[in-house]
Amino acid sequence: MELLYAILLGVLTACGVYLVLRARTFPVVVGLTLLSYAVNLFLFAAGRLHTGAPPVIGRAPAYTDPLPQALVLTAIVIGFALTAFALILSLRALGASGHDRVDDRKEKP
Amino acid sequence: MTHLPILPLLIPLFTGALLAMLPRQALTLGRSVSLAAVLAQIPLAAWLVIRTQAGPLVYALGNWPAPFGIVLVADRLAAILLFTTAVLAAAALVYALRGDDTQGRGFHSLFQFQMLGVNGAFLTGDLFNLFVFFEILLIASYALLLHGRTSERVRAGLHYVLINIAGSSFFLISLGALYAIAGTLNMADLSRRMAALPATDAPLVAAAGSLLTVVFCLKAAAFPLYFWLPRAYSSAAAPVAAVFAVLTKVGLYAILRVNVLIFGPEAGALSGLVFDWLWIAALLTIAAGAIGVLAADSLSRLIAYLVVVSAGTIAAGIALGNREALAATLYYLVHSTWIAGALFLLSGEISRLRGGDTADRLVAGPRLPRPMLLGGLFLAAAVSAAGLPPLSGFFAKLFLLSAAPSGWATLGLYGAVLGGSLPVIVALGRAGSALWWRHDAAQAPAAGCDAVRLAAAAALLIAGVLLVVFAEPLWTSLEAAAAEVMDTQGYIRAVLPAVSGGST
Repeated sequence: MELLYAILLGVLTACGVYLVLRARTFPVVVGLTLLSYAVNLFLFAAGRLHTGAPPVIGRAPAYTDPLPQALVLTAIVIGFALTAFALILSLRALGASGHDRVDDRKEKP
Repeated sequence: MTHLPILPLLIPLFTGALLAMLPRQALTLGRSVSLAAVLAQIPLAAWLVIRTQAGPLVYALGNWPAPFGIVLVADRLAAILLFTTAVLAAAALVYALRGDDTQGRGFHSLFQFQMLGVNGAFLTGDLFNLFVFFEILLIASYALLLHGRTSERVRAGLHYVLINIAGSSFFLISLGALYAIAGTLNMADLSRRMAALPATDAPLVAAAGSLLTVVFCLKAAAFPLYFWLPRAYSSAAAPVAAVFAVLTKVGLYAILRVNVLIFGPEAGALSGLVFDWLWIAALLTIAAGAIGVLAADSLSRLIAYLVVVSAGTIAAGIALGNREALAATLYYLVHSTWIAGALFLLSGEISRLRGGDTADRLVAGPRLPRPMLLGGLFLAAAVSAAGLPPLSGFFAKLFLLSAAPSGWATLGLYGAVLGGSLPVIVALGRAGSALWWRHDAAQAPAAGCDAVRLAAAAALLIAGVLLVVFAEPLWTSLEAAAAEVMDTQGYIRAVLPAVSGGST
């Protein structure tokens, strides 16, 4: 499970970084979203992966660490709000300048 | 347990929430509440400075003891920074009350949330909580940057928002890695555990710690991560840009706190993890900022590059890593925050007076009114920013240079700080002569200096003068603050009395 999880994180991060490096706002926003998914999953895995273990110490031989889940919850809320804000902002930038490039270079005809 | 350390958070939090609910018609009420809340921060921060002389105040939120709950730690350093922020914010808000606050919605409530984020970042003793406060101050700053939006602000804001969202992702990655290895995010607890870290985990912690510092360098605008700053700061409204002068300092504070506390002398192989490359990055930041200052075509962009130069100087002082250099760095930090704020406010007023296409571009424009007063204020701010005697900039640089240890470090620091001063003097001199001595006869002279706006800028300059007048007691207090920051064992004892063997 760890290997699968790690590969998933790697793929998500790679896709996110690729999209962030594009010079148009919409792919950049999608890329940041993918990156934040990868980060959230990574934070979740910081408490180690367990299945069927209670988040209580002493009731079972293994236990799940509940703290990373609380951290992930906070990170998701912040990340979601920021994504929405970035989307609105890129729409405004599109409206203001007529193109969606993040650098100000003119579109090739 | 005294509730004093949480007041700098509660006041802006509740005021901000209250102001968000006020109808737009209640402008006077909103303004007075906002001003009262910001002014109340000054005596509060001063009281904190006095109280922390006896040792750090630790406030356990919800009475959950550290490391299980989140703690706020008000030590001398945090209290001094809170005071610096409060004075800067008060001047910026007074300036904004003259009309900048009505150019868009929700200025006052955003301003309060900005204060909440900055104060929280200075006070918190928990890394994840630090992330949350960073996000609060960033979200408020995104919205403030777009305040009174023009298309230039939207473009600059988009860059600023995207790069900071990416930065936040890296912040979370390093937090996750640190938590996975150490099992805690409380800074004192992390510091304690670094001493007993198994050698196999050290490279991973080193990677996480370096990444954390890279993220803070992004917020602090250190080389090569400063490109977002000049555009964002120069396009923001003047009072907003003035408050932004403290945002880079939050990043620098985080670099200092994390690296001294977690990767301090007790951390074994990891001690002083980032200081070598932080030193080089700092010198390059000063160089890049100095070049930018020379190339700037408008006053606000010039000041934005001055912020980059000061970020580099502070980072260099932190990287030197001795007590005296740290005290000098703190002096420089307070000075540069206030003077950059004053310069941004002055540039806003100059830009408003010249108006139209000229605004604050360094070209011939309409004749400015009250040249003695306005020009005198600019001259005082410029002299201070360039580090010429007799104002605070000179003393800040003098303290820093005399604190440099002998050897190559001295050569690098002297070269960068003194070499960086020359372009700053040239650029500020050129800007002053362009603004006051080169007139476009075709344009009607500008009229109507705003006394309140000038007074707000002058107040920050006077605060800078007071730094010189009270240099000696201030220096003693800053040295004590620096010694307290370096004393990691004292910090751990204060935050975790139970585990470190004190009374429970």
